[in-house]
Amino acid sequence: MKHTISVLVENEFGVLARVSGLFSGRGFNIESLSVAPTLEPDTSRMTIVTRGDDRVLEQITKQLNKLISTIKVVDFTDEEYVARELALIKVTAESESRAEVLRIVDIFRAKVVDVTARSYTVEMTGAPAKIDAVLQLLTPMGIKEVVRSGPVVIGRGAKGVTG
Amino acid sequence: MKLTGSQILLESLRLEGVDQVFGYPGGAVINIYDDLYDSQIHHILTRHEQAAVHAADGYARTTGKVGVVIATSGPGATNTVTGIATAYMDSIPMVIITGQVPTALIGNDAFQEADMCGITRPCTKHNFLVQDIRDLPRMIKEAFYIARTGRPGPVLIDLPKDIQVASMKFVYPEAVKMRGYKPTVEGNERQIGKAAQMILKAKRPVLYVGGGATLANVTPELLQLTELLQVPVTTTLMAMAAFPGNHSLSLGMLGMHGTYSANMAVTECDLLVAVGARFDDRVTGRIDAFASKAKIIQFDIDPTSIRKNVRVDLPVVGDLKSVLNSLLTQLKGYPQEVSDMVHNSVNWRADISGWKAKHPLRYTSSESVIKPQYVIEKLSELSAADAIITTEVGQHQMWTAQFFQFRQPRTFLTSGGLGTMGYGLPAALGAQVAFPKRQVIDISGDGSFQMNSQELATLVQYRLPVKIAILNNNYLGMVRQWQQLFFNKRYSQTCMELPIDFVKLAEAYGATGLRTDKVADVEGVITQALEIDGPVLMEFKVCREENVLPMVPAGKGIHEMVLAS
Ligand SMILES: Cc1ncc(C[n+]2csc(CCOP(=O)(O)OP(=O)(O)O)c2C)c(N)n1
Repeated sequence: MKHTISVLVENEFGVLARVSGLFSGRGFNIESLSVAPTLEPDTSRMTIVTRGDDRVLEQITKQLNKLISTIKVVDFTDEEYVARELALIKVTAESESRAEVLRIVDIFRAKVVDVTARSYTVEMTGAPAKIDAVLQLLTPMGIKEVVRSGPVVIGRGAKGVTG
Repeated sequence: MKLTGSQILLESLRLEGVDQVFGYPGGAVINIYDDLYDSQIHHILTRHEQAAVHAADGYARTTGKVGVVIATSGPGATNTVTGIATAYMDSIPMVIITGQVPTALIGNDAFQEADMCGITRPCTKHNFLVQDIRDLPRMIKEAFYIARTGRPGPVLIDLPKDIQVASMKFVYPEAVKMRGYKPTVEGNERQIGKAAQMILKAKRPVLYVGGGATLANVTPELLQLTELLQVPVTTTLMAMAAFPGNHSLSLGMLGMHGTYSANMAVTECDLLVAVGARFDDRVTGRIDAFASKAKIIQFDIDPTSIRKNVRVDLPVVGDLKSVLNSLLTQLKGYPQEVSDMVHNSVNWRADISGWKAKHPLRYTSSESVIKPQYVIEKLSELSAADAIITTEVGQHQMWTAQFFQFRQPRTFLTSGGLGTMGYGLPAALGAQVAFPKRQVIDISGDGSFQMNSQELATLVQYRLPVKIAILNNNYLGMVRQWQQLFFNKRYSQTCMELPIDFVKLAEAYGATGLRTDKVADVEGVITQALEIDGPVLMEFKVCREENVLPMVPAGKGIHEMVLAS
């Protein structure tokens, strides 16, 4: 099972290494991890996407909580959060495919942010599944390079991760 | 008044109640050592940094205080790692201070630089790199707090040289403020109530006690509980001394080299109550066969210990002292149910007596060759009731757990979690520093002894009368046993044939050496050693191919023991 976990941590020396080391040292898997300071400069918030059965997830959340630098851990289930991811996609765009690429970009409300004679670079934000869909559609055109940020999530309504 | 970083360190240690540290100097801590010269804090100079950490660990295990170590940067610091990992696995409260190159040089591969926070991240409860002298008092305060609260453990402070010489006005914080660290002390009363009800309904209950019981000092509560409920008790290696081995309800150790009665009791019980025990694989054997007929209650201070290895029907997170006391209070509210429960488990105790009688721990004694078990029995008989026993790792460690009768808590020091050869001698050193008047005995193998034998020098220098009993089989015995049983007697690299003269080695350091290969002399040698007022090394040339039994082969259930014939 895929899980999305938000972790609020002290924004201090080595904290990212503590979290990532916890996953690698215990053989847990990290699918994506994004981290940045919050409104309070002394805390950072991480979004971690991971996989595992219930027992593994229970250990992951407990072990994260056990870290001295951890302030709060929330394991979200599907309906409870809004997830957004940023992708930059450099796609081959030569004469005959240029129009098709633009059409796809348009449908998904993505944006072309760089143009050359042979390629477009597309910026796309959205739910991770949307980005998967765009990539699937652009693949036949020839994708040269993709970079994804991994999702960041925020709880719906009252469900929050404030310290 | 302004103090330098190193003065702040020593002053903070004093305020934390530290009067004893263990360590080894070097360029990156030379300022601390200079200030130590004028300080009231005693320092023991070991001959290796690993030994300094084990000594602080032995000091902590016997006293319950936080052990403190100082080591220099780079190789001094990396030499501490095995000791730190040992303490981490056994949850021993400790603060390790390592010197670090000046902040401006960190990351430049400076002379004697090592990334200690990086290296020790997986084997410390927490660690700090001090980057600004203004953080130093707070970090020391937090380090001690983290080390001794919750599930205890080692905490490392990496202290760059420029911060040791910088100065500022010193104020030690009165309290710690950590948003992320709030260990649960009180157990949930409703959960404890449920536990009481489950216990009162049990017909075949077993208490399974682990190292947490020692850390939480709950021997009196355990005795009350067993006496009230007449429930049999099995302990892990780490908890051997937490429950008196001669108690009629004691089953001894369980697991790979556990007793027949303990392993059968756990296999057949209908309720297993784990008290500060973490279900190590050496205890459980094949997981699906472990306590498969039982409901499991787990009391532990560490939420990550719960359900990590086995299913648990009822977890209670909290400090064992508080949890067991409220359990006792609750149980005492049901006197009728308690006596019914005791009555209903009569057959169970009969089964257990049957198992104990059928397969007690035994070995074939001999007149012609010294059996290692015999030496341990004699050590147990001849030593004082409050003697502190340490071991190294191997067969001798398991025989000590099996044949030494522990009588008091905090008298058995062994590396349970990591299984560190070379632990016993320096741990004994630390225990003797804590209790100069008590008997302290390191029970060792010839292999393990050679991992930290240089500490003989420290014993002699500080007049620490530690006794060392080497059960010399000229083998790395425990590995040889596995090779015999599972690798067709191919003794690859486990024979230590070189005739080392251990007696001369002891004498070279200025200690006393005694040796025997005669069964009739064993008692005499032990008595003589215990009478000598200084460190003594006893070498017993023992039966070379003796095996530790019972044994549960890897991958089997704990009821599938190979028994002593
Ligand atoms: C530092 C370390 N290295 C290797 C081992 C693996 N090991 C476990 S027991 C053992 C043999 C110990 O031999 P000895 O100390 O002579 O004791 P004996 O088993 O003969 O009683 C070895 C090599 C270990 N536990 N620790």
